[in-house]
Amino acid sequence: MASIKEQFEIPGTLKTWSYALIGIGAVALLYGMVTKGFSTDEHEQVHFWGTLMYNTIFWTLVTNAAMFFLCFSTMAMAAWMQSFRRIAEAISTLVPIFGGITLLVLLYVVIGEKHHIYHWLDKEAVAADPILKGKAGFLNPTFFIIWTTLTITLWSYFGYRMRQISLEADVAPMDAAAAHKYNVRSMVRSGFFLVWFGLTVASTIPWLWLMSIDAHWYSTMYSWYTFASSFVAGMALIALWLIYLKNKGYMELSTSDHLHDVGKFMFAFSIFWTYLWFSQYMLIWYANIPEETVYFKHRVQGAYKPIFFLNLFINFLCPLLILMKRSAKRNFTLVAFMAVLIIFGHWIDFYQMVMGSLMKEHVSLGWLDFGILAFFVGVMILMVARSLASKPLIAKYHPFLKESILHQV
Amino acid sequence: MAQKKFVVGCFDDENVLFPAVKQVRSAGYKIKDVYTPFPVHGLDHALGMRETSLHTAGFIYGITGTTTAVSAISWIFTKDWPLNIGGKPHFALPAWVPIIFELTVLFAAVGMVLTFCYLCQLAPGVKKHHFHKRATDDLFVMVIECSDKTNTSDLQALLKSNGAIETNVQEAEEGWWFGTYDNDELPATA
Repeated sequence: MASIKEQFEIPGTLKTWSYALIGIGAVALLYGMVTKGFSTDEHEQVHFWGTLMYNTIFWTLVTNAAMFFLCFSTMAMAAWMQSFRRIAEAISTLVPIFGGITLLVLLYVVIGEKHHIYHWLDKEAVAADPILKGKAGFLNPTFFIIWTTLTITLWSYFGYRMRQISLEADVAPMDAAAAHKYNVRSMVRSGFFLVWFGLTVASTIPWLWLMSIDAHWYSTMYSWYTFASSFVAGMALIALWLIYLKNKGYMELSTSDHLHDVGKFMFAFSIFWTYLWFSQYMLIWYANIPEETVYFKHRVQGAYKPIFFLNLFINFLCPLLILMKRSAKRNFTLVAFMAVLIIFGHWIDFYQMVMGSLMKEHVSLGWLDFGILAFFVGVMILMVARSLASKPLIAKYHPFLKESILHQV
Repeated sequence: MAQKKFVVGCFDDENVLFPAVKQVRSAGYKIKDVYTPFPVHGLDHALGMRETSLHTAGFIYGITGTTTAVSAISWIFTKDWPLNIGGKPHFALPAWVPIIFELTVLFAAVGMVLTFCYLCQLAPGVKKHHFHKRATDDLFVMVIECSDKTNTSDLQALLKSNGAIETNVQEAEEGWWFGTYDNDELPATA
């Protein structure tokens, strides 16, 4: 393995681009915060904090999805992803950073009693409302703050533990007994993350952070829908970094066979997302009960109609038709294009999930959205590159690495 | 039923089989197939077989199913027998999606299974020649098609030198037939 480039050196252009994006984003963020976030007009406030909320929640969940990918692969004793596991690890180092931003934004919204964002923060309205009173055991500031803090802390901590055990595979070759012990320890650590992930991303966190914006409305599909959306975008992000590093001459051990399987995840979970999208929509459409259809009223018939169906077009029809062929999933250019499209599509999905409920009358998509997006993309690029450069690109004594090198689809 | 001549070489090790396949192919012989007791990774590639087009067939069956479902349901519910179901419009696309999906899957699945059977020449009552019975147990059986000019003893020597533990020449029916194995002359091997 002497010829393998183990050490990633951050190219100058990457730094320039990420600093430029962060710069643009910071200007948009500050300008938006001054003119909208702290303005006296509640409408402007909702616009700014809502936009910041969906961006930071989206990127937190997407980066966390990379750690989820690592953990379920470890739990299933999957070998094929070992040749590029450091990419997923590097992406997951952003969970504490983006999670921290999410925590600050949500704390500001909840402690600042921004009841135009979370209607259940309005104490008088809750007291006069039997539905909200019934939900008060779950939708109250104390529980929200404790559960959010605990969630982000434990995602970060269990993720950190997983990255630490990965570093042990850099030190020395393992014999069979040591390798077995290493695998068991990895699986136990991934188990902690997976259980906590199930309790949060797959259930409570989307209810608290996103669904409670429509405080009266509920959908049992909502959490899985959010999870599918963030996971497919997370796989697309892993694919993008893999392709970028291959282009720069790194990741010699990862081939189009590995890309093929990442592409399969992007394809399959796009279909899974559509399944949840449709199940949520059809049941509400069929039953036609006013308190349920209220969520779709302004999305399907109002101002959000173009965005709502653009969402379905980008996130379902494009992956279905473009990524279906085997040769498409093995084509680096095409997968890179689809990965960008899928990340953008699910960002739009989060946009309509949040802003579609906060600003029902008109679509606010504009400089603020793309400015804040630029900030998060810039931070993501810079921090992932730094994390990749901080340790070897290959966990070279990992017991499963050889199987990953031989991976053939 | 045209009988054809084949040279058969049996190998007991995957690691010997792969170089042998390479040698036989580069010597210019045409390998009909290699019968193995289990799927061997990369063997199809080593044999130079082309990618299967079963997926393309599957896609075509799938969209046939989609078209069938959409046209049938829309004709039934809007033209042939319109019913008022819960006040929904007659052209109620969301309600049809599950059925459209099911028919797509059904057409694709059944179509692909039948195509697969056709391509592999599998059907009830169909018989094919067995080149070596241990191909289902522990031997990798390489079958090479002979032309008029093939020197079978040279070929057998080549196979032996590449690690074949057993070689023979068989006159066999190339394709499939209906009936019994009586009209197939099995080679006199153990």
